[in-house]
Amino acid sequence: MSNPIFRLILLMMFFLVPHVSFAAADIEADTPTITNLKQSMQQRHSQLEAFYTSGAVGFTQDGLIAMHDANAVPLAARQLVNSLIAAENQDRIALYREIARANNHPEWEGEIRSTFSQRWIKLAKSGWWYQESNGSWAQK
Amino acid sequence: MKNTLFYSSFVALISLLLSACVTINIYFPAAAAEQAADKIIQKVWQLESLEETEQKEDGQMDSK
Repeated sequence: MSNPIFRLILLMMFFLVPHVSFAAADIEADTPTITNLKQSMQQRHSQLEAFYTSGAVGFTQDGLIAMHDANAVPLAARQLVNSLIAAENQDRIALYREIARANNHPEWEGEIRSTFSQRWIKLAKSGWWYQESNGSWAQK
Repeated sequence: MKNTLFYSSFVALISLLLSACVTINIYFPAAAAEQAADKIIQKVWQLESLEETEQKEDGQMDSK
């Protein structure tokens, strides 16, 4: 009697174990904080997009944005661009931290940040500027 | 009696293995993170679906 039960349980283990590890490999990215950050960044993007296109602002290796070519911005608009960059970076850092926190792994923040850094650049439109791993700027 | 002992010890073993499996799984899920990142970037940048973007990107890479 114990032998068939043993076999059945052993069989169940083989099915259950991979399933559990697979389910745990998801990333939670849907909390109210993340939704708010996405909205705030989406609104800001309508202003920032022109500066990405003109080459004034580019994407850094650490998942943030930075001034790439200040000369591409009229003097009168520089203050605005600087405050847009500061606000965007604040949101981005908060986003990476919140995703790590929402997944109960605050120590993942750095890895999430570097994942985002690659994806921002990968999805960036042609003509936008980004920083390569050696720190030099390149254009998509 | 022996059966019950066997059965309960196996159930205990399985629950231990399953919980261990969840606890041990602390590696960073890179692929899932990439997908989550893409979804968020699409939303922020108001991009079309990921597949189309990926195809475009691949096309650009090829032409370089």
